[in-house]
Amino acid sequence: MHSAVRIQREDFDIGTEWAACRQRCGGATGAIVAFGGLVRDLVQDQHPSSVRGLYLEHYPGMTEASIEKILAAAAERWRLLDVLVIHRIGDLLPQEQIVLALAASSHRPDAFAACEFIMDYLKTDAVFWKKEHREGEEVWLRPTSGDQQRRVRWRTPQDTG
Amino acid sequence: MNRSAATVVTVRFFASLREATDLDAVQLTLQEPTLGGLRTELTKRLSDAQLAALTAPGVRIAVNHTLVPGETDLTTGDEVAFLPPVTGG
Repeated sequence: MHSAVRIQREDFDIGTEWAACRQRCGGATGAIVAFGGLVRDLVQDQHPSSVRGLYLEHYPGMTEASIEKILAAAAERWRLLDVLVIHRIGDLLPQEQIVLALAASSHRPDAFAACEFIMDYLKTDAVFWKKEHREGEEVWLRPTSGDQQRRVRWRTPQDTG
Repeated sequence: MNRSAATVVTVRFFASLREATDLDAVQLTLQEPTLGGLRTELTKRLSDAQLAALTAPGVRIAVNHTLVPGETDLTTGDEVAFLPPVTGG
């Protein structure tokens, strides 16, 4: 299985990554699922003021390792041919792309489930910090209980973490 | 004191904790080579408010990129990082 993690300031092109995945995967591939995350301009989905931009910080080395661990867990759980995460860092504007998660498999259920699993774990386990630039203030974001709940539902009876 | 080898570690602070401590990375010489010994050193350099930020709920500590649950021994060259709750994706 091919697995890759890229942390970068520059934007990415989903079409290019999709084509590269098709190229790598070969004839057994029946499904590719790709998720693209964007910068919203809403504060916590409800606050009336709008977000002017987002700053993303990471811990070089530990961040990559934290994502590789998530991809390894996905590969253990589903039959995957290819997994890729691209996560951007630095200053981003609303509507810009932040993250790409891509999973390829012979059959659709594995690719769908793995892609969602990877995103849910990225939210809670990947080492990144987001700071929102709002009207008149800058705020480091806190994890949401919704993100935690989405992660918990993937637990199996054997899980301890 | 005539210690043959003092323990020197690098301590890094990320995101909100870098701003709270006004420190990015600092090298500390420890009398006692443990996380407890590191905390003792930090109390000499940081204010009560800054120390409170480092012990706030959800703050985790990594040694050489691996999260550590509680007390742990340190050796020269270790990189200790204070990490606020993560918000990726």
